Amino acid sequence: MFDVLKGKTVFVTGGTGFLGTAFIESALRKLPDTRLAVLIRPGRNASAAKRLERDILRNSCFDRLRSELGADGFRDTVRNRLLPVAGDVSIDGLGLDEAGRELLAEADVVIHSAATVSFDATLDQAVEINLLGPGRVLSTYRELRSATLSAHFVSVSTAYVAGSRKGDAAETSLSRQPHYPRVSWKDEVTSARELRRLVEQRSREAKRLLHFRSAAEEELGPAGVALLAERTERLRLDWVKSEMVSLGRARAQSLGWPDAYAMTKALGEQALEELAATIPVSVIRPSIIESAVSEPYPGWIRGFRMAEPIIISFARGLLKDFPGAAEAVIDVIPVDYVVGALLAVAASPPPPEITFYHSASGSLNPLRYSKLVTLVRKYFSDHPLYDDRGSAIKIPEWTYPGRGEVESKLNRSKELLRALNRLMTRLPLRGTLLDYQDRLAETRVTLERAQSYVELYGAYAECEANYLFSNLLRITANLDPADRQLLSVDPREIDWERFILETHLPSVVEHARAKTSPTRQRGESREDRLRRSLLTGRRIVVFDLENTLIAANVVDSFAWLATERSSPGRKGIIATTLLAEAPKLLSLDARDRSDFLRYFYRRYRGADIAELEDQSTRFMTAFLLRKSFPKGLARVRAHRAAGHYTVLVTGALSFIVEPIAPLFDEIVALEMPQDEGRLTGEIRGALPIGEARADLLRQLARSHGYGEEDSIAYADSTSDLPLLEAAGVAVAVNPDPRLRQLARRRGWLIEEWSRSPGYPSLFLPLGSQL
Amino acid sequence: MTARPGFVLEVDRSTPPTLFWYGENFRLERLPRSSRILYPPEPLPAIRDVRTAIENALDNPAGDQKPLDALLFPGMQLTIAFDDVSLPLPQMTAPDIRSLVIEAVLERAAQAGVEDVQLVAALALHRRMTEGELKHAVGKRAYNALKPRGLLTQHDAEDQANMLEIGHTDQGELVEINRRAAESDLLVYVNINLVSMDGGHKSVATGLASYASIRHHHNVKTMVQSRSFMDRHSSELHSSNWRMGRLIKDAGIKIFQIETTLNTNTFPDSFRFLQRREWEWDLRDRASFVAANGALAKTPPALARQIFHSIRSPYGVTGVNAGEVEAVHDLTLAKVFEQQLVRVEGQTDILTMGLPFVGPYNVNSIMNPILVYCLSLGYFFNMYRHKPLVRKGGVVIISHPTRPEFDPAFHPSYIDFYEQVLTETTDPLIIEQKYEETFARDPWYIHLYRTGNAYHGVHPFYMWYWGAHALDHLGGVIVMGGDPKTVRRLGFKPASTLNDALEMAGSIVGANPTVTHLHSPPLVMADVY
Repeated sequence: MFDVLKGKTVFVTGGTGFLGTAFIESALRKLPDTRLAVLIRPGRNASAAKRLERDILRNSCFDRLRSELGADGFRDTVRNRLLPVAGDVSIDGLGLDEAGRELLAEADVVIHSAATVSFDATLDQAVEINLLGPGRVLSTYRELRSATLSAHFVSVSTAYVAGSRKGDAAETSLSRQPHYPRVSWKDEVTSARELRRLVEQRSREAKRLLHFRSAAEEELGPAGVALLAERTERLRLDWVKSEMVSLGRARAQSLGWPDAYAMTKALGEQALEELAATIPVSVIRPSIIESAVSEPYPGWIRGFRMAEPIIISFARGLLKDFPGAAEAVIDVIPVDYVVGALLAVAASPPPPEITFYHSASGSLNPLRYSKLVTLVRKYFSDHPLYDDRGSAIKIPEWTYPGRGEVESKLNRSKELLRALNRLMTRLPLRGTLLDYQDRLAETRVTLERAQSYVELYGAYAECEANYLFSNLLRITANLDPADRQLLSVDPREIDWERFILETHLPSVVEHARAKTSPTRQRGESREDRLRRSLLTGRRIVVFDLENTLIAANVVDSFAWLATERSSPGRKGIIATTLLAEAPKLLSLDARDRSDFLRYFYRRYRGADIAELEDQSTRFMTAFLLRKSFPKGLARVRAHRAAGHYTVLVTGALSFIVEPIAPLFDEIVALEMPQDEGRLTGEIRGALPIGEARADLLRQLARSHGYGEEDSIAYADSTSDLPLLEAAGVAVAVNPDPRLRQLARRRGWLIEEWSRSPGYPSLFLPLGSQL
Repeated sequence: MTARPGFVLEVDRSTPPTLFWYGENFRLERLPRSSRILYPPEPLPAIRDVRTAIENALDNPAGDQKPLDALLFPGMQLTIAFDDVSLPLPQMTAPDIRSLVIEAVLERAAQAGVEDVQLVAALALHRRMTEGELKHAVGKRAYNALKPRGLLTQHDAEDQANMLEIGHTDQGELVEINRRAAESDLLVYVNINLVSMDGGHKSVATGLASYASIRHHHNVKTMVQSRSFMDRHSSELHSSNWRMGRLIKDAGIKIFQIETTLNTNTFPDSFRFLQRREWEWDLRDRASFVAANGALAKTPPALARQIFHSIRSPYGVTGVNAGEVEAVHDLTLAKVFEQQLVRVEGQTDILTMGLPFVGPYNVNSIMNPILVYCLSLGYFFNMYRHKPLVRKGGVVIISHPTRPEFDPAFHPSYIDFYEQVLTETTDPLIIEQKYEETFARDPWYIHLYRTGNAYHGVHPFYMWYWGAHALDHLGGVIVMGGDPKTVRRLGFKPASTLNDALEMAGSIVGANPTVTHLHSPPLVMADVY
């Protein structure tokens, strides 16, 4: 089979991508005597060979081949015929080592499919990879490949290089097409790099930095300098990125492309043409690549692709409208057809001059938007998705609105939610309202996602070009009939209804891990799994005290101790004074916890130590234990029972926590110096709060021989964020709304621990005689 | 005035609804016609001059024992041990009978020139008493004189250095008690014998012992063979304690036992209706019931609990006996039975009972689900002599809200027992085998027992064992008005009304069952023939 490629070497870029993976699988299976060299960018912790194994071969794409060859046969095939080459298409010369250069020199065909396909790539990134990438690979190939040997450079582009125009798009150079914008790709490269510098500069303007800072504060609360700084910088980088994305989209749309992806791909073709003089070049332009009709198996898909998020959002009832006209053609092409096209082109004689091939369905076997919507509706009416409560989700009526209409509707809902959320994070919430807040946050994320789909893909829905399809038919006609049998190329073979209902949608649903039955998930929940995993291994566990293990704070404990022995009248005075001072204490606490503690602890000046010791049993019974969270104490004990090293880290005074000291292996609390049997009211040294807690955790872990990743931290508020972030595993206990949102986003375990319900909770616990 | 004797009422058309305790409230329930209701005798007349009665007892000891004065001499070591806060229920109005006895003993000691006197609360594995409770039990004078000098202590079963091994009984039971008590020239034990289980050799052999010693009789095997543990002569629990007590005596430890008995005058006048038979309620009783019932229903449980626990009972003292342990205890038991025993003809298919807000182990605290279990299947079920009131395979119906509430200070190990043990099994034997040791040796519970006011880690297990005989005997237990999830955790069945409960019980014991109600308050014990 494919005798033309027998004994040859094919060099592939973009092997870790959707199309690249499918191509490698197909080539391995169908071209038994062909060698494949795969260019892979080494990751931070993974060599090219490791990534080949992890990111390509482990994909279910290879299941079929593995079972056909058996484990040993598969291993041999891979070892003999699949050669990883470390390199990077965004570097001139591709960063190849000697072996890599040799392999590229030996390549009879180069398939360049590396690209940044995310439709929201930044302009400069798209330029580096999509625009300059093909030229780089081609130049290096030309430089290395002996001129006496045959060579063929096959580049994967996109049908959307034709831009957001209507009418026929021919399989020719873009420069020969009418209405094509005359821009120089070199100028675009220069200006994209220039824009990056500019945006980076603008992001550092004082006003903007202040804005990022206050946004970080709103999100994290008083989380400490280090975390706020980190978050602020993250926000700046995000801003730069989104700015570069919108600048890219703006530039692309100004020239008639839906986005920077299509534009850079188009300009990349242009660059390629200029370099194509000495080596034969073929360019394949697929439209939207979707799951496989039959190979490697029906429905195979890799990654969450363009149409899937939209379909799933629709089925979940999140996306009620998507812009587009009912009659418009949705040009999709199953991945095995594109692979077929690549193989057909690779197996054909190198063309004398640059040749373009569409791999698209629209002109021969159009799938109309209305038909797609009907099929999707039919599918999800028969196989509805279910919500968390186990009821089927009703799918919305589709109205084919214009894009502006959809966007403004989404915007309005988003703004409303944002306002609600801002309000809710400021309220002290508990219980069912917290669930409501969770749901609100979820809805907001979903809406934001929906909006980004509309922004990203709406422009594509407006592309109504008709991609002519003849070059591929011509070359496949010339192939050996036996070889032709093995390839899917002609989109007329596709039965859309069958494909969508029986292959594509089931695969999309499975991929999205959507709930397809009303039953609740069997087995243990994610939380239970997390909980169980907490109690395994060799760990150091750090607990915060207040509101993590007991429902109390420094003010409470002071009030209790101060009033325990006093007369009702005196109790009243102390309580009233504390209440009157509450606003001041609260605002001091919100601003800086260290200042607050130092200020508050002065009250202990002159307290008689003997008297405090005398109070200790009563304090333990009536205060520490009755205000404790039994589930929290049980957790501490469970950790100890598992052999973990447990540490209490608290801003409370040491004599306060003394009665429960045996619960932990170690206690880090504040020491207050004494003077002649009385407390001085002073606190010396740094307080274990904020970043100091994170440092303390690292220090504790190190000194007891644990890695940071072995550490677990339990805490309740955003002021403990540094501690939680520093820990290997973080558990948010009774988190305030802000921390709760953060914890959910980060996937942290959230525990809602409460006091034993038998005792009333007083606003200020006044000591009483037992 | 002589008290009317107890009797068994047969419910007919004219019988008004019956009062059931329901935790921190009551319910009036109409029992099916021809049900039987057990009413104890009315409160026995109280001794008018308790102080004189005490002096008399000290001077005229029962059994083979000299008068107290003859046992006291200068330079001796004297230890006075006393029953802890688990008795009586509720706590009695001041002066507590213990304080009167202790004061009298201290007075005699002072006269005899005894200088080395110490008071020890006989806690066994119970929680340490709070300062307020101690002061109430021993009286202000003794408290103020002894406490500041460290001479009023509470028994610490985990203080290994201060325990003394006395030896082993012929059954191999280890006897190990408080060193100070054992090494004293005289140990005076001051008891309150509220029910027939209390007192006798159990006072010292259990009250001042260690876990290693107590475990020989506080276990499933012993409890299943104690039928009932309220009837000392049929109780393996007591047989074991008696063996231990005799070993202590043989070891030369001199004990002067002072036992006191109370009548059933349990509630102050404001709760008079609780003491009266329902058909004798007058307008005032009806009004107070309606007011209390309505108000309590609207009161948060925590507050209602506070209200009830602040009640002090106007108990009258019916007897003070001193001298040799066994002789004293025989006199005591006679008095207890005189107050509580009611003769009943034949067993019943269904036994109903209302559980009050307090049991021996939740004074000033929460009656948690495990204590509900213990009070019903342990205490109330065992309030019988000869035969259980309910037949083998019969059903007990309990009235109690059974909320999943715990006191994390007094009952910390109960919480873990409820969450970790009862979620796995309710079988006493498996529980004993699999979990007891871990809880008993847990350093955190031991710390809380020794330095706080927590029951020992093993205590919830004993609660569970105390119900073992009943579990063995019964065909089912139904909790009327209990929190369903909690009730099921205990291995019981929840029902919302008495009718539902009776219907459910009927499916176990068959059609037309006989029903007997153990009326409480006050305490009543059935003598079943």
